[in-house]
Amino acid sequence: MVLLAISRPSLASEATGNGTEHTITTLPIVIWKWEEIHFPYLVALWVLVSWLCKLVFQLNPCLTRVIPESGLLICIGWVLGGIIYGADKVQTFRLQPFTFFFYLLPQIVLDAGYSMPNKLFFGNLGAILVYAVIGTCWNAATLGLALWGCWLGGAMGNIDTGLLQLLLFGSLIAAVDPVAVIAVFEEVHVNEVLYILVFGESLLNDGVTVVLFNVFDAFVSLGGAQIDAVEIIKGIISFFVVAVGGSLVGVVFALLISLLTRCTKNIQIIEPGFIFVLGYLSYLTAEMLSLSAILSCTFCGVCCQKYINANMDERSVSTVRSTMKVFANGSETIIFVFLGISAIDPSIWVWNTAFILLTLLFIFVFRFIGVFLLTWILNQYRLVPLDFIDQLVMGYGGLRGAVAYGLVLLLDENKYKEKKLMISTTLIVVYFTVMLQGITMKPLVTWLKVKRAAVSERTLAEKIQNRTFDHMLVAIEDISGQIGDNYMRDKWNNFEEKWLYWLLMTPIARKSCDPIFNIFHKLNIKDATSYVKEGERRGSLAFVRNENKADVDFNKKFGADFSEMIRDSVPSVCLDMHEQDLKMRESEDFDAHHLLQQHLYKGRKQHRHRYSRKQLEVNKDEHEVQEIFQRTMRSRLESFKSAKMGVAPPKKISKHLKKDQPQKVREACTFSSFPLVFITIFLEFSEGDSASGYEAAGGSFPMRAYRGAGIVNPAFMAEMDTMDPMPPMQQIPSWLAETEVDSSNMVPSQRAQLRLPWTPSNLRRLAPLCLSTHSNDSFLLADSPATQEGISELPPPPPPQDGQGQGTHK
Amino acid sequence: MHIVIKLFGVPLSCPITNSMNIWFSCFLFIIVTPAHIVRLYDRFEALDKEKTGHLRPQDFGAINRLAMNPIGDRIIGAFFSPGQETVDFHSFVRILAHFRPADKKHPKDPSMPEPVNSRTSKLKFAFQLYDQDKDGKISRAELLQVLRSMLEMQVTEEQLESIADRTIQEADLDNDDAISFEEFRKVPLGRARRLTYQHGPLQHSAPRILSQPHRK
Repeated sequence: MVLLAISRPSLASEATGNGTEHTITTLPIVIWKWEEIHFPYLVALWVLVSWLCKLVFQLNPCLTRVIPESGLLICIGWVLGGIIYGADKVQTFRLQPFTFFFYLLPQIVLDAGYSMPNKLFFGNLGAILVYAVIGTCWNAATLGLALWGCWLGGAMGNIDTGLLQLLLFGSLIAAVDPVAVIAVFEEVHVNEVLYILVFGESLLNDGVTVVLFNVFDAFVSLGGAQIDAVEIIKGIISFFVVAVGGSLVGVVFALLISLLTRCTKNIQIIEPGFIFVLGYLSYLTAEMLSLSAILSCTFCGVCCQKYINANMDERSVSTVRSTMKVFANGSETIIFVFLGISAIDPSIWVWNTAFILLTLLFIFVFRFIGVFLLTWILNQYRLVPLDFIDQLVMGYGGLRGAVAYGLVLLLDENKYKEKKLMISTTLIVVYFTVMLQGITMKPLVTWLKVKRAAVSERTLAEKIQNRTFDHMLVAIEDISGQIGDNYMRDKWNNFEEKWLYWLLMTPIARKSCDPIFNIFHKLNIKDATSYVKEGERRGSLAFVRNENKADVDFNKKFGADFSEMIRDSVPSVCLDMHEQDLKMRESEDFDAHHLLQQHLYKGRKQHRHRYSRKQLEVNKDEHEVQEIFQRTMRSRLESFKSAKMGVAPPKKISKHLKKDQPQKVREACTFSSFPLVFITIFLEFSEGDSASGYEAAGGSFPMRAYRGAGIVNPAFMAEMDTMDPMPPMQQIPSWLAETEVDSSNMVPSQRAQLRLPWTPSNLRRLAPLCLSTHSNDSFLLADSPATQEGISELPPPPPPQDGQGQGTHK
Repeated sequence: MHIVIKLFGVPLSCPITNSMNIWFSCFLFIIVTPAHIVRLYDRFEALDKEKTGHLRPQDFGAINRLAMNPIGDRIIGAFFSPGQETVDFHSFVRILAHFRPADKKHPKDPSMPEPVNSRTSKLKFAFQLYDQDKDGKISRAELLQVLRSMLEMQVTEEQLESIADRTIQEADLDNDDAISFEEFRKVPLGRARRLTYQHGPLQHSAPRILSQPHRK
């Protein structure tokens, strides 16, 4: 567990002195051993308390909607600190820098690195580095100089400081804090580029700020007189050595981890442990070499994620992910609570209005100036310039946090006479930025967004057209290639595929790197799980009918966000056709807008790579990608097949015309042909384009397709034929009647088949699974006319295989 | 060897790396700078696996992510003029030039023909993605096809149809139950901001597919 060295020093010393020396007169049945265990006990207790705090206000969503969680945690910290102070009359618990830097920070950084959206990060690495390095130096220098100017001007009264000390102060408070930033930005929805810029900046500039801090600390120790040009150059060199060296250490450890996971196949149980231990070691090693530990840990996470995820067993990967989140989120909570607790201690507070207010002002102003300046420079080179609103949000998102506080506590009171003032100022700055800016951030962003959204999408045509443009641009982007950094990326990919995969991945993992294999694999797993889950949720595999008609309106009643959530967590269950039709006819104002909003495929551009410490990243768009992918593959297979059969490949237009057939037929076609498509594609990939590959496929797969069709509920099929003529009210769903007659007949209802993301075709792939459980039923059904119809929709396979397939089946 | 050409009065020097075809294209679309053309040519060659100097639909199909695009097929189709199975570099660039940002700094010379990257030609490009039978109108059936490929599968046929009907109703001004190009271009495009694209082929500029957020 997280070891916390948070305790009262006095108690710690008592623990060793007291206890044990009693002479035993009689055998004690139980003894009170508080003194021996009080330290770990307190640590565990504090962890528990901090986490309970989080639990408490998660019960109250209204509160968290207004105030960001980090702010609330600080408030709770104040309350707890007040209670402790009231009881003890002295603040016994506070965040020690050592605890912070060695027990609380590493897992946060490692997690951030490990869950970093790599492509986005490296794609914007240039901008991130500019912000992180130049921006931080700018912030530090300007703040230090400005404060120095004010101090010289006498604005702060009589305080004992100097240029170097103020520069040092500037450097420690310059860095935007990842913990605070993530905590706030996670709740605010900004576009992914902006997000990665702020996030990447905050992560890397921590490393930078620590380096700056050390350099200036050394300068202060040297004293102003001894600093000459040589020392300054040395300082600059050390800055780069520390930063680059730290990153290199991280990369080396990433290589180590990846290599190690290559051969942990036999000890899968502790496989995830290696990641944590080595990640932590990368942090400690860099620290030992006096290199940047934060950078080391970050890059370790960033570089190894791809390989370890491929190498390790799937269970291990999910273990690593969730454990990482537990650690990171847990320690983040603890940090904020203790930031609050530490404040309730009169002994650290020294008030100097001018100093504190000026610091706040300068931080705010220079952050904006820095962001605007750097963005202006970057925009000269960026393809998509950051617009004004992005810059505003970036500037406003300059939250300071625990790293600054940890650093300021490290100061030596003998050297820095105004340490207490610096501590109080840092705390004020942290509170101000986290609370005030954190709270106002969300309204600000929504307000800016609303302003943008006000002019958009009043009509359906507009919406569709916009979405078409999105897709068009994405496609053009793909066709023209992402040139520029793409060239480098290509080179890198080649290198990676050639050498790194060979070196760092197990042969099996290498194979699954093939994106197509991967997608199908994931798709299968996902379908299977969701299918079973959905079945179990409803009590059995026979999905009972839901009488609650409100389901149809479910998405309309709530906002889009909510429905989005619903759709992903519990796939919203489509009612069966009649009810839906009925509903639609009942309510004339069918909300097409909403439907579009919800079901239009999104352009790739909009996919959010979200980093969240609170939840494991689930790519919400995956099913969509897969859906499109399936369609494309299907249409390609069709043309492929017709080519094989000697028919001229269909022209584009004819392909689309084909889609124009009535939906039912199309679906039926989809049902029956999909398994065939699915598997044949594999063969295409494994055996190349050769005719023999197809021949081999033909032998067995029509049968599977047939089986797939065989599971179809006959009622469903029949219903599809008869649905239209029948008035919806009178129509008794025949599948229901069927279930009444044969209650043991467990087949997925029509509702289940219509339900998406698990498309009908997906369900068909699971059909064999179903078949095995209720075999007699499905075999009976196999001969029903409905299924025959399904088969007839099969894209005609070469005649010999067809016969073969049917024969095998019967 | 380098060639120096003047572009907007700025002399640009560029090594001759590929065929003179590049230069031809370059002069055709003055706005595209030589560096862009060279880059596009590299891309073209990369796509052209068999080094024939022509791209076939399969070459486009080999782009992995294009398979994830619901209207990817249509876009590939847009690269091929009717009846042709291949596209050469010249046409390739001509198509891509649609996506250049419209030039704000250099106001249109009325005597010149409409540039390929104007708002109108961009919209025309989009329009022909819908209008597969090239009759100058988006019929209901054509719209349905597009919708079908762009909407997730759980949307039922009836819903699709009602969406298509509504869309046509909204856009249709002359009540012919189809959307003509004139009607198409009148659909307001509020979110021009989102119609920029990232990491596109043409760097150092801010490509906007449609530079004016509102209709003229």
